[in-house]
Parts: sequence; structure tokens; C-alpha cells
Amino acid sequence: MTLLELQSVTAFYGPVQVLDGVSLSVPEGGAVGILGANGAGKTTTLRSISGTVRAGGRILYDGADIRGKRPEQVAAMGIAHVPEGRGGFGALTVRENLRIGAYLRRDRKGVESDIEFVLELFPNLRERYKSHASALSGGEQQMLAVGRAFMAKPRLLLLDEASLGLAPSTAMTVYDAIAKLRRESGIAMLVVEQNANLAFRLVDSATVLETGRNVLSGTSAELKGMDEIRRAYLGG
Amino acid sequence: MGQFIQLVVDGLSNGSIYAVLALAIVLVNQATGLINFAQGGMAVFSAYITWLLTEHGLSLILAILLSVLASFVLGALVERLVMRRFERGDPDTAVVVTIGLLTLITGICGWLWTYNNQQFRSLFSLTTVSIFGAAVSIRSIGTFAVIAVIMLFLQALFLGTKFGLALRAVAINPKSAALSGLPVGRLLMAGWGLAAALGAVAGALVAPQLTLTPGMMDTALVYALAAVILGGQSSPVGVVVAAWLIGVVENLAAVYVHFIGYDLKVAVPFILTFVVLVVRPQGLFGRKVVARV
Ligand SMILES: Nc1ncnc2c1ncn2[C@@H]1O[C@H](COP(=O)(O)OP(=O)(O)O)[C@@H](O)[C@H]1O
Ligand SMILES: [Mg+2]
Repeated sequence: MTLLELQSVTAFYGPVQVLDGVSLSVPEGGAVGILGANGAGKTTTLRSISGTVRAGGRILYDGADIRGKRPEQVAAMGIAHVPEGRGGFGALTVRENLRIGAYLRRDRKGVESDIEFVLELFPNLRERYKSHASALSGGEQQMLAVGRAFMAKPRLLLLDEASLGLAPSTAMTVYDAIAKLRRESGIAMLVVEQNANLAFRLVDSATVLETGRNVLSGTSAELKGMDEIRRAYLGG
Repeated sequence: MGQFIQLVVDGLSNGSIYAVLALAIVLVNQATGLINFAQGGMAVFSAYITWLLTEHGLSLILAILLSVLASFVLGALVERLVMRRFERGDPDTAVVVTIGLLTLITGICGWLWTYNNQQFRSLFSLTTVSIFGAAVSIRSIGTFAVIAVIMLFLQALFLGTKFGLALRAVAINPKSAALSGLPVGRLLMAGWGLAAALGAVAGALVAPQLTLTPGMMDTALVYALAAVILGGQSSPVGVVVAAWLIGVVENLAAVYVHFIGYDLKVAVPFILTFVVLVVRPQGLFGRKVVARV
């Protein structure tokens, strides 16, 4: 079953077109990567899904076009967006950040047990539980952002460059935890990443964007074998 | 000793006036991240609504309740129709807009109800009781009690409820809040509405003492802002304690520090604020925000 399908999606910032027909699909429970250089339109693709940028084309979620819906409506449909830069609430504590993620839920007990799940997944957060988010390290803030999105109990997670600004070993820890989250929760994921090596730890297949267009798509194994991918995104 | 206690009691009573207004400012600050300079003007407008209703024969209590409701709606409308345009942009611009609003609202009050003083009935009796040899009016005690209740209510709202948490989250990062499904627009309206409703209570508490004029809150606003900075911006208990402190220190300084006297006493809160901020930049009760990148 296809959960999310983008058909020839376009998007503009003012008069400037930045998406020029992006297509991809995410199966239920699957994980798909969006690779590409800086400025290719990866972030904008995620924004067009979560309703923070207006889009053309079709964005089918569960078979219905969700274009034109406001961000809070998209969130209520089960799509959680971890934005570029993490979108943390600096003056709120770790616990409060997680509770904000669960804002739309009414099952108090479930929320508490999911907080416990997040703290198991990211033990660093348990140590900083009462700290303000602004006092966390970059890696911890990224873990918190993922935890916050998970707290919404989404069906689809949009993840934007979780490795940005992190030391390689920290980025690897974060990605492995997300992969574990995926195995244990079955949440589908659309993962934007410049570092293809990291993305392949998590996704089954990926598409490569260049100036707002798909130029290549395939399973992780296929893409890893391709020379151009290796040269451009895998460092040789 | 008798004089000292009387000065302290009167100081607390003045401080209470600054405290209610400071609480409304904290409420907007927590809910939108802005310092709203129009808060005083909005409270005066609410006081005129109360006054108008009593002039039409309503009981004071009923008039205040209706004014609180009307102010909630007006506050929410000010957010929706005026502030909404500026919230996404530069915060400095938004603050300047609130200064413009203050001027506008004061002008509207003067135009509708003239600049003459209007008698405003007091919620509490003016009879005094003797406490440790000082004469304390029932009104001071009543004002004190109302403020304590509001302060505890706000503290519980922000720290103990999901709604309060949502208000704070929207003020900190509206874009990210929307991604978590928070109804950002409605929460901002609610924050402004609540602050305006609180302003209506503030107006009704201070109007009998100051007598109702369009500029009634101007001086109080200056003190309230000093209390907000001194108390640490985000803490309801902190700003109330700061407001009381300002009221008391000001009174004592006027009498016991000779070169200050009554003429210079308005400078006291600022000297106090300055000294505290040099020692504790986060205010007396504010939490230090540690930023790390
Ligand atoms: N808010 C914005 N306003 C105007 N242009 C933008 C904005 N955000 C991104 N862009 C431009 O759109 C293009 C695509 O950006 P983006 O989607 O962020 O790419 P990526 O995430 O792949 O680095 C870039 O040329 C970028 O400069
Ligand atoms: Mg990007």
C-alpha cells in the first residue's frame, strides 16, 4: 500500500521556481531517502508536504490530495515534520518539548509510556530531562526533535538533515537510533540527507534531486553501486 | 516605627497597582514573546466600559464581569486584526506597533469620553483597620488579595496546564508549534484575550484610586515595565514581588533618603532595576537561558 505519493510537485518562493516536477512515493511502513546537493529543493519538498509551502501538482496521502491544508491540519492527519534546524523550543524543558509533540493526543497514559520509550531510545535525554532544550548539545537537540515528532504518534515522519552540524560519530548514533525507532514502531519515513552513507543506514530506497527535479531513483543497493552516486555523495 | 510601617503598607498598596498591570504584560509576553506597551491603554479602555455600564445602572460587580468578557473579545480581535500582520516579521516592529496602539487607544478614550476625570466606584470599602499601628484600608487588603489570586492562577496556568504550555510554545517557535498540530492563530488570540481580560480587572482595581482618565495608567505602566524587567519577564510571582518591592522602596526612599524626596522618587524603580540587572541580568526570578550551538 502506498502511504504518500508526490506527482509532479512544483513550488515557488515568490517568482522563483524551486521545485519543477518532483515525484516519489513512500509505501506504508517504508523509508525513502531524498538525496541531493545543497539548494536542490529537498527541504522545500518536505515543506510542500507539511503545508508550510504552497505546492502545485498532486500530493496524495492515503489516496487524498492534501495540498492547501494548513500545517496543523497536516499534523493532525498523522504527518510529523522534523524541520531543518530541529525546530526546538529552547526555553521549554526536555519533558515539555516532548509533551508539545503529543499536543493532539488525548490518551494520557499512552503519552507517558511513549515518553518513556523516547528516553529508552535516547538515554542522553533522560539525563537532561529537566534541562531547557537550549542547554542541550546539537546531537541531543536532534534527538529531542525526533522524539518530539514521534510523540505525535505519526504514520509518516518527515526528517530533514538530522546530521546537520553534528560530529560524524554523533550523526551515526542519531541515525542508528532512528533506524531502531523505525523497526520498533513501523512508522513510515521520508528522509532528506546530503550524506548518502548515513541515509543508507535507514532507507530502503531513495531519489536524487537536482535543481528541483528527480534525476535518479532506485533501491539503496542499486544506488550504492552507481558510480555517479559514489562520486557525488559517498565521497569517492 | 509607626511611620515606617505605614510607609511599607502604603508602598505595598501602590505596588499592587503596578503588579496587576505587570501580570498582564507577563501574560502577553509568555503567550506571544512580545512586550505589549498598549497593555495600560487597553486596561483604561476596559475601565471605561465598566464605568459606562455602572452609569447605566448595572451593579459594579456585574459591570466588571461584563467588561472582562468584552475585553477578552477585544483583546483577541486586536491580535487577529492588527498584531497578526506583524507577528511573523521583525519583533522590534511589532513592539513599535504596540506603542502606536497605546497612543491610538488613549486617543479613542479621550475622544469618546473626554479627558475629564470620572468618578469610578470602588469595589472595596475605604474604611481602615489598624494593623501593627498602621492604618490599612479594606481596599488595599482587597486589592492585595485579588492580585495574590491572579498571580497563583497564572502561575498554575503556565506551569501546570497543557493550555499554558501550548501558549508558551507558540510564543517561542510558532512555526514549529504548527508542525506539532498547535492551532497557532487561536492560541495567540487567546493569549491577547486573557491579557486584556486581566487588564479589565486591573483597571477596575486602580480606577477608584487614580480616578478615571485616558492617561490614568501612563505612570503605572512605567512602573509595571520596571517590575517586569526586575522580576524576570516570565515569572508571575517574580513580577508581583518586584512590583511590591518597587512600591515599598520608593516610599521609604522618599522619606528617609533626603536628597530623593517626593520629587525624585519616580527615579527609584529605575535605579533599583539598574542595580539588579547589573548583578543578575536575568532579573530577580528569571531563569538564566543558556544558549549553546
Ligand atoms: N524561504 C525561502 N525564500 C526564498 N528562497 C528560498 C527559501 N528557502 C529556500 N530557498 C531557495 O530554494 C532553493 C531550494 O532550497 P531548499 O529546498 O532549502 O534546498 P535543499 O534543502 O535541497 O538544500 C534554493 O535555491 C534556496 O536558495
Ligand atoms: Mg535543506
